[in-house]
Amino acid sequence: MTKKLEDLFKEELNVINIGLKSFAKNLKHEGFNSVQVDWKPPAGGDKEMAAILDDLEKISDKIKRANKEVVERMQKSEPVVVDVQTARDVLPNFEGKMILHAAPPEKWEDMSGPMQGAAIGACIYEGWAEDENSAKKMLNAGEVTFDPAHHHNAVGPMTGIVSPSMPVWIVENKSYGNTAYTTLNEGLGKVLRFGANGPEVIEKLKWMEKTLGPALGEALRKSEGGINLKNITSQALHMGDEVHNRNKAATALFIRELTPYLLKTSYSNEVIKKIIKFMAGNEHFYLNLSMPASKATMDAAHGVEYSTVLTAMARNGVHFGIRVSGLGDEWFVGEALKVDGLYFPGYTEEDACRDLGDSTISETAAVGGFAMAAAPAIVGFVGGTVSDSIRFTKDMYEITITENENFTIPPLNFRGTPTGIDLTKIIETGILPAINTGIAHKEPGIGQIGAGLVDPPEECFKNAIRAFAQKYIK
Amino acid sequence: MSKKALVKEGTYFDSVTLMSISKDIKAIDGVKEATIIMGTEANKGILESAGLLVPEAEAARPNDLVIVIDGDYEIMDDVIKKTNQMLAEQKSSFDEEKEYNPRSLDGALDVQSNSNIVIISVPGEYATREARKALNKGLHVMLFSDNVPVEDEIELKKMAVEKGLLMMGPDCGTAIINGAPLSFANVVSRGPVGIVAAAGTGAQAVSTLVDRQGVGLSQVIGTGGRELQSKVKGIEMIKDMKALDKDDNTEVIVLISKPPAKEVSKKIMNEVKKLSKPVIVNFLGGDPSVVEGTDAIWAGNLEKAALKAASVITGEEKSDISLSEEEVNNIVEEETAKMSEKQKYIRGLYTGGTLTSEAIVILSEKFSEIYSNNPLKKELKLKKGLKSIKNTIIDLGEDEFTRGKPHPMIEPSLRNDKLIEEAEDEEVAVVLLDVVLGYGSHMDPAGEVAKAIKEAKEKVVKRGGYLSVIASVCGTDNDPQNLQVQEEKLRKVGAKVFPTNVQAVRVVSKIISDLN
Repeated sequence: MTKKLEDLFKEELNVINIGLKSFAKNLKHEGFNSVQVDWKPPAGGDKEMAAILDDLEKISDKIKRANKEVVERMQKSEPVVVDVQTARDVLPNFEGKMILHAAPPEKWEDMSGPMQGAAIGACIYEGWAEDENSAKKMLNAGEVTFDPAHHHNAVGPMTGIVSPSMPVWIVENKSYGNTAYTTLNEGLGKVLRFGANGPEVIEKLKWMEKTLGPALGEALRKSEGGINLKNITSQALHMGDEVHNRNKAATALFIRELTPYLLKTSYSNEVIKKIIKFMAGNEHFYLNLSMPASKATMDAAHGVEYSTVLTAMARNGVHFGIRVSGLGDEWFVGEALKVDGLYFPGYTEEDACRDLGDSTISETAAVGGFAMAAAPAIVGFVGGTVSDSIRFTKDMYEITITENENFTIPPLNFRGTPTGIDLTKIIETGILPAINTGIAHKEPGIGQIGAGLVDPPEECFKNAIRAFAQKYIK
Repeated sequence: MSKKALVKEGTYFDSVTLMSISKDIKAIDGVKEATIIMGTEANKGILESAGLLVPEAEAARPNDLVIVIDGDYEIMDDVIKKTNQMLAEQKSSFDEEKEYNPRSLDGALDVQSNSNIVIISVPGEYATREARKALNKGLHVMLFSDNVPVEDEIELKKMAVEKGLLMMGPDCGTAIINGAPLSFANVVSRGPVGIVAAAGTGAQAVSTLVDRQGVGLSQVIGTGGRELQSKVKGIEMIKDMKALDKDDNTEVIVLISKPPAKEVSKKIMNEVKKLSKPVIVNFLGGDPSVVEGTDAIWAGNLEKAALKAASVITGEEKSDISLSEEEVNNIVEEETAKMSEKQKYIRGLYTGGTLTSEAIVILSEKFSEIYSNNPLKKELKLKKGLKSIKNTIIDLGEDEFTRGKPHPMIEPSLRNDKLIEEAEDEEVAVVLLDVVLGYGSHMDPAGEVAKAIKEAKEKVVKRGGYLSVIASVCGTDNDPQNLQVQEEKLRKVGAKVFPTNVQAVRVVSKIISDLN
């Protein structure tokens, strides 16, 4: 049984060096191939985690097979936006006085400032309350039911508030038949998703409900089969977007596709002009399409037994939660952390709400922070140089299963984006998923005050892997 | 407090860059608020709400860059200057891409998918896990790390046997695979001699001597020092010599180790019998009778092992590289001529473990008491503090010296203090040294020790004596340090340099005999 060894003597030597750097340097000097590993103790030296990883080795074949299935589903998914409808009519189990919010689940009294502000706004918008005070009273009295949007096949940016009358994009996954929903993006400034709830906010929401939503819905219905979002996202990645914090190109591409159908609707030129201006005036308009596209993709990948791939990451300003494909609908949570970021004039970290929003569904679906290398225009968030953004994406290959066939990155020679975040690899390497995000003011009603990078709390991954070991290792 | 604004016409920067510069400017002492922004209407609104919309800013156009700073009056000019500087740097700071280092074994396989061997030198407590992972992925392993439990070593080596992979180590410092020097190894030419060694500097000494005989090496495989002890039982050595036996490029196999446990020795020799190629056995200080009943050739020291291997290849009896009686006598006479009457002892200060053992073994043939931190007999072990007694040979690479410090082969200056200390002892006549070259070693080990040799010699001359320094250099002319250059550095400070450790020890032995 020395065959492999005899073969080695005939092969070209290609060395991996884990530890003292000089060994690799010496080999290079002598003309041999070597790769230096930037090694750190597994699981940050956490013995319990290392022991769990060793245990999971025993079922590694099953895990590998399951994860392969998951990333296959992710890449075969075909999210297409087909319509806009009213939330109460289309979201499953969305009845009565119910408000949806960014996951994980949270009680009204424990919610972050902006989320409370947005919930108050939603009560006023729905006509359940006259003003802020009466809204608070009814919320304190528990008259409104809260639930994460995720539990209704929906996702929302920042506070993620969805109330019954709001129009929502309907995104169908043509390959797997499931559907995902997200509200329409309100633009920047004083907006509900950041917790603002003044009269101008409500007024805009009403216009979106009465005019924008119905018009977009009609346009999409004229389009015969809808607009393919996977195509737009993959093109936008070649145009400097990562479709989480930069949506400039994707928004433009979407408007280009939609406009002919919009012109076919029953709406007057005046109204259409206003709609196009509204969409074009909001660089993040596409975010609310990229998110349900990711959600539709990840829901199709959810529920594969033995899979360690994350199918959702979400934050509500207080907690950060994840779901794992092989672990059912449970959220594994940790405390949401502060964003390390750049602030708009007049604001500092003191003013910031902790990490917030369902938009990290993007990263689970292989875009957003994971495609940072595709978006050189926003490298300021990750250290300031183009090579920082490339390093940022390259690190993510360490904690993912494969490279995406559909989403590719020009500066990496069209290498596929890192796809399928593997819980075990996160624990093993200590590399946390890279998230870039907007920052909300901690007080309701003020809105976005900056953007930056944030770490997920390690705790949620540790909780998840403990649960995984308990479920699958007898 | 004052506000100052500067408008740069037609200068565009993206908002993220500007926010990032604003942040840095705001961090300057005395700056209360700093905003650098493009002059769009929306941005003017932001300036207004921050109370920074000074008239200059109000007049700016959308493609103008607006800098507004609110802070102490005195520093304002400096701050504006600094801001301009940072903007200029932004334009030019397109740094070339740094090399990306993967963070895990999987990551490394992504980058270099045809990898076939992994060198692991992480702290001992993590080493087993990394080695196991590598073996599971079908990769050969060199495990440099020490402090790995022997149970783990056995598990890993058994795994490797099953998979037909190399599992060199733990605590394996030297290997040359397919000509590639892995960790501590010399630059030697390729050829027909294959080595399996449970002794690091032993492998270095034999491989360099083989090379100097004009014969090259096929493979130098290290096993780690516990390989032939009663627990590990030679699992790795047996597998590796079988592989070399089948390797077309290997014609003779050299086994190097300290004396094995009795039953292990038997087991190894049983396996040796089954090999088709000539085998040279060098169990340092061991019993030559182990080769009885086999075709194997016994070699009592490292020099002999190398010479016999070369002889097998060339077919001619390699003449001893030892000096003639006469030459040795001349040197001894010269070295002892100026010594004082008190001088009579030898002090060996070694950096290489196997070379230390070889010196002790040879000297013990003639002198009954050779003290050491790693002696042949328990009662000759140096006490705490490791102060030398009479004839002493010290291995400076042992744990008591290296705890929290680099190995003396990497940092030879550690030996210098010890050398000066020995020179202060009036009874010391000879200092015996090794210098080990090659990759992994210090870039100028001879140059380092030469400083101390010079000082030590001067010290002894001053009090009316003479300190003899006898050394050998283990290396080749192709080593990064260069053998000849290193030898010359030693000669220049008055050291006598010999081609092998065996030769150096023999001269020392004669000096001591003559003095007593």
